[in-house]
Amino acid sequence: MRLTIPEREIMTPGHLACQGCGGSLAMRYALKVFGKDTMLSIPACCWAVIDGAFPYTAVNVPLFHTAFETAAIMASGIKAGLMVQGKDTTNVVAWAGDGGTFDIGIQALSGAAERNDDITYIVYDNEAYMNTGIQRSSATPEGAWTTTTPVKHYKKGPKKNIVEIMAAHRIPYAATASVGYPEDFCKKLEKAKNTRGFKFIHVLAPCPTGWKSDPRYTIKLAKLAVQTNSFPLYEITDGIHYKQSIKVKERKSIKEYFKYQGRFKHLHEDEVQHLQNFIDENYALLEMKLE
Amino acid sequence: MKKTMMGNFAASWGAQLSRVQVIAAYPITPQTLIVEKLSEIVADGELDAKFIKVESEHSAMAACIGASATGARAYTATSAQGLALMHEMLHWAGLARLPIVMTNVNRAMAPGWSIWADQNDSLSQRDTGWMQIYASSAQDILDSTIIGYKVSEQVLLPTLISFDAFFLSHTVEVVDMPDIELVDKYLPPYNPEYKLDVKDPRSFGALTAEEYYYEFRYKMQEAMDKAVDVIKEAGKEYEKLTGRAYKLVHPYRCEDADLILVTSGTIAETTNVAVDELRAEGKKVGNLRIRVIRPYPKKEILEVIKGVKKLAVIDRNISPGYSGIFSQELKSALYNEVNIPVRSYIAGLGGRDVKIQDIKDMANDALKNDSPNDLIWKGVKL
Repeated sequence: MRLTIPEREIMTPGHLACQGCGGSLAMRYALKVFGKDTMLSIPACCWAVIDGAFPYTAVNVPLFHTAFETAAIMASGIKAGLMVQGKDTTNVVAWAGDGGTFDIGIQALSGAAERNDDITYIVYDNEAYMNTGIQRSSATPEGAWTTTTPVKHYKKGPKKNIVEIMAAHRIPYAATASVGYPEDFCKKLEKAKNTRGFKFIHVLAPCPTGWKSDPRYTIKLAKLAVQTNSFPLYEITDGIHYKQSIKVKERKSIKEYFKYQGRFKHLHEDEVQHLQNFIDENYALLEMKLE
Repeated sequence: MKKTMMGNFAASWGAQLSRVQVIAAYPITPQTLIVEKLSEIVADGELDAKFIKVESEHSAMAACIGASATGARAYTATSAQGLALMHEMLHWAGLARLPIVMTNVNRAMAPGWSIWADQNDSLSQRDTGWMQIYASSAQDILDSTIIGYKVSEQVLLPTLISFDAFFLSHTVEVVDMPDIELVDKYLPPYNPEYKLDVKDPRSFGALTAEEYYYEFRYKMQEAMDKAVDVIKEAGKEYEKLTGRAYKLVHPYRCEDADLILVTSGTIAETTNVAVDELRAEGKKVGNLRIRVIRPYPKKEILEVIKGVKKLAVIDRNISPGYSGIFSQELKSALYNEVNIPVRSYIAGLGGRDVKIQDIKDMANDALKNDSPNDLIWKGVKL
């Protein structure tokens, strides 16, 4: 059998992630692929803590902690600094949560994408401000409970479609990924590593703490999100060529995905149906674009 | 080589002569000309640098921080709203101890929209851990940029060089441009002990408990204290190469003065002329220009003003609810040391011209009145 995930481990044990953290798994895979010739720009997000408090670190590559809205531009600045010193081969990776990407960091993200800066931006999406204690972000899916969207006023309106926004910048490479499909995720990381210009990867990273799910279901949920078409896995090259990387033969009901998560348990039958319809509509839209 | 140039271009050439490696900038009046010129200089291959045309000033400073953390020499320029937008990242650059040099063209904060001279923009950034220089001529701007890197890279603190909108940014003066060979001799390439390096992977700026944070602040203060002497030394060395002296404070005809005016920026240059006229009228008046406000040159100020009967501060800025900021700083330096009455004037906010006669009026008012006064509005129209 051919191993598609590099065996090397760059991230170390002893990090501070919660049990069942999808975000820490995502980093483990990313570093396996990117290797030691990599630098990270990490803004305020769970990973600002997961890496460990000063003087410890768990990533074994240079890491620059930065302000919430600056993941992308910090990476661009690092890349420029390296380029003028002839250190052109280093992979510079901006690594941010959904809040730092969909919300407060979108301006700097859009700027770096428009300039086509030679960096890889990875958003590990746990669908809320989890580090501050589960507040809604514009990546929170409709229907979800968070501490700022209590069940009486659960999250209204759809999750922002960040990949479409990034593709609209006509960047060389954009992709969705899930920690439930590590081979697929690693292939996409490899592509990003070997592409010049701006790369964007949106990886779904379940959060047992915020999703009110059992830590043992992190992988199950990361798979179900894909199998229910609520988080389809695809790639977009040059902003126009859409390719599905994991094809779902028969999509499962959204109920199957919801039932392992406390954050959706308040939803009534008609509300679940509304969300099911939305997912199906969204998927139909995507299908029209697939090559 | 002597050239005529606008103050703004003196900043551009200062950055070019300093061989900055990464420039990240965003346009704002009256700064824009600085980075326009630099983009030309880079495009023409006269400077081997990467120019990142960012989407905001906040990102400009963030990009400079990232570049500087890799060991590259980074530069940006801004004004007013742009500087205010950077505020969060100014703290970041200071606490990350990165020797970035930035030019700020002093412009009034909005509303109402004003593009004219006023120091409230940069003085609002006083406590961010940046050294702050207030230049008073185009020559000062160019030289301070080069000296700024020299000092910053020794003490690992960033430097902000500010000067007045239009009175200096868009005024043409004669500037002696040092030869690049001379500057290279003075300013060696930046090579920090700690930087982002894949061969020596470290995490910078991680979560820091009270166990360590307090000491980081102590070390920053230590660096500021050390900077006083480093600025003096760097100034002396520069004088040897160019003949031009730069100190933390520049006294003019202060030796036997009864009254010393305390000024900064372009008002300081006008004040020198006012002092000459007052002296011709038999009034013993001097001018003390504060060139560096962080680190605060307390000892250097006390040396000049000891023995003077009166002080009068002219502030082109105000901390609403108290008084002019240079005035507050001066009074806190005097307290516990000497007992000299201080009269504090606000003048020239939002670019209102401060003429020679205005300065003479303030000096005459101070000569006439023995009582101290924290806040006198010069020429307010109500």
